[in-house]
Formats: sequence, structure tokens, C-alpha cells
Amino acid sequence: MWAFLGSECLFFGTLISTYLVYRNNSLVGPYPKDIIDVPVTSVSTFVLLMSSFMMVMTLNAIRKGDQRAFRVWILGTAFMGATFLGFQVFEFYEFAIEEHEFTKCFAEGCIEGTWGGLTPWTNLFGSTFFVMVGFHGAHVTVGVIWLISLFGQSLQGNLKQKDALRVELLGLYWHFVDIVWIVIFTLVYLIGGNDAPTDIQAYLDQGFQLVQ
Amino acid sequence: MNVDQEGTVAPSPAAHEAAHPSVITYIKVAIILAIITIVEVGVFYLDFNRTAFILVFIGMSGVKFTIVIMFYMHLKFDNILFSRLFIGGLVLAAAVMFSLLGLFGVLVD
Repeated sequence: MWAFLGSECLFFGTLISTYLVYRNNSLVGPYPKDIIDVPVTSVSTFVLLMSSFMMVMTLNAIRKGDQRAFRVWILGTAFMGATFLGFQVFEFYEFAIEEHEFTKCFAEGCIEGTWGGLTPWTNLFGSTFFVMVGFHGAHVTVGVIWLISLFGQSLQGNLKQKDALRVELLGLYWHFVDIVWIVIFTLVYLIGGNDAPTDIQAYLDQGFQLVQ
Repeated sequence: MNVDQEGTVAPSPAAHEAAHPSVITYIKVAIILAIITIVEVGVFYLDFNRTAFILVFIGMSGVKFTIVIMFYMHLKFDNILFSRLFIGGLVLAAAVMFSLLGLFGVLVD
């Protein structure tokens, strides 16, 4: 599992690198500053972090042979994971479907306008954002399915105290997904969340007009 | 120590048990993670030097990253081989990242 997680570091490392290389290189909007919603994503980040706590409690329960506690904690972890995915689906929907109004003020004057939705085909930000965050979401989805699968095995009596290693391996995977999100949240939302062109020409070139 | 049929030495169950932190430690880690996340979001709305802003975020996420792998993934208490496998992957990923950023001139900016 540790070797697999080491290889996963490389996988996400390349996706994060690609995001950073193309950061602030989008020729058309919407830009991160116009659509990134830090408060909402902070809540989903908190949910994923707390799911990691539930995961260690799940492992603790199975190692003590407490099946009832194990089932409660593992269901809780799966629920938190599914909630995180719900936030992600909501965010993707908002980005892709909703229109995004904006007002930018420069020394020359202010510009008001509306962006269409952000999809992977809209600009470089959309491409790199959806691929990276989407692959992370796919990993969370696999984790949730794995959690529910172990819960089902426990109900069937096929997961005992001696099988704690199977839960431990799932735990390592789940925490890894968590630490990847810690990096993505910092780079994309906290550091990159205010990214937008600082030159008015970038907006004028896209057909927006100065407003009085 | 236990010796299996192939003669390799495996950690005893008691040693493996000791390799896991207590529930109190897990709760403390969860509280620290929650506090750092709240502070991060608070800092996001502050207006100060851009470079300091980035360094503060990288520092805080580094702390979160480290305590999760040390305590929740119990790397601090496990066999050193596991640390090497994981950190090896991390170092390679960092090398790829800095190479790409250097190649595309992002680091220069």
C-alpha cells in the first residue's frame, strides 16, 4: 500500500504541476477570482478532515473487536466522504451551468460583465481545475465504495478483529486522499482563489466595455 | 519479535499495538486540523504581502499534511521502510514539479 501511495504522489504531483504551470495563463474568463467560493469549499474541506478522524476511530474499533462501534464509525466515514462528493458535484454544477457576474475596477475605470459557465473546454484554468479536482473526486468515490463494501462484509460476519489489516489499508488510502486535498485546497482555493488578470486590456480584448 | 515460517522477523502483536496512537491523540490531531483550517480561511480574507500570504498558506498546509501522515497514517510509529517508500514517492513528485515549473519559467516569475 505504501508503494502504491508513493506512486500516487507522482500521479497527483504531475496534475498539480500542470495546474501551476498554466496558472494565470487563461486567455478568456471566467477566472478563479470570479467563481471560486472559499467559504463553501472550506466546509467541504472540514468534512473531509473530520472523515479522517472517523477513519482512525473505525480502525480503533475493529482492532478492539467492537463490531457495533466499527459499523457506526465506518458508516460515518462513508457519509462524510459522500457529503464531500456532494459538495464537489454542487461546485462543478455551479461552475459549469451558472452565469457569473463580475465588476472589476482599474485606474482607467470599471468593467461590468457576465461570464458563461466554466467547463474543461472554456480555458486553461477550467481544463487543469476539472482534471485535477475531478481525479481527486474519483479517488474519494473509490474510497466511499470501499468503505461501504467493508461495512457490508462486517454485516455478513466476514470482517473480524483478525482482519484489522484490511481496514488499516483502507485507512491509509483514505488519509492519503485527505492529504492530497489539503494540498489542492491550499494551492487552488487559498493561494489561487484570487487569480485574475490585473490588466484592463485582458477584459477589453474580450469585448467588455468600460462603464461610467 | 515473531519469526514466521520463512524465517523473517515480524513485529510482535504487542509492538504493532504500540505502533498506533491513543484515541486522545486522534482527537487532539482532529482539533488541531480543524483550528488550522479555520485560521487558513481567516487569513484568506486578510490583505497583506502576497509572498508572505503564500508562505503562510504553504506552512499551514505543510503542518496539516505532516500531522496526518505522522499520526493518522501512523508513519511516525511504523517501520522505517514505509516512510522511505512514501517519502521516496513524495521526493520524486516534488522533483517532477520543480522541474516542470523551472522548465516553463514559472519559478522565475
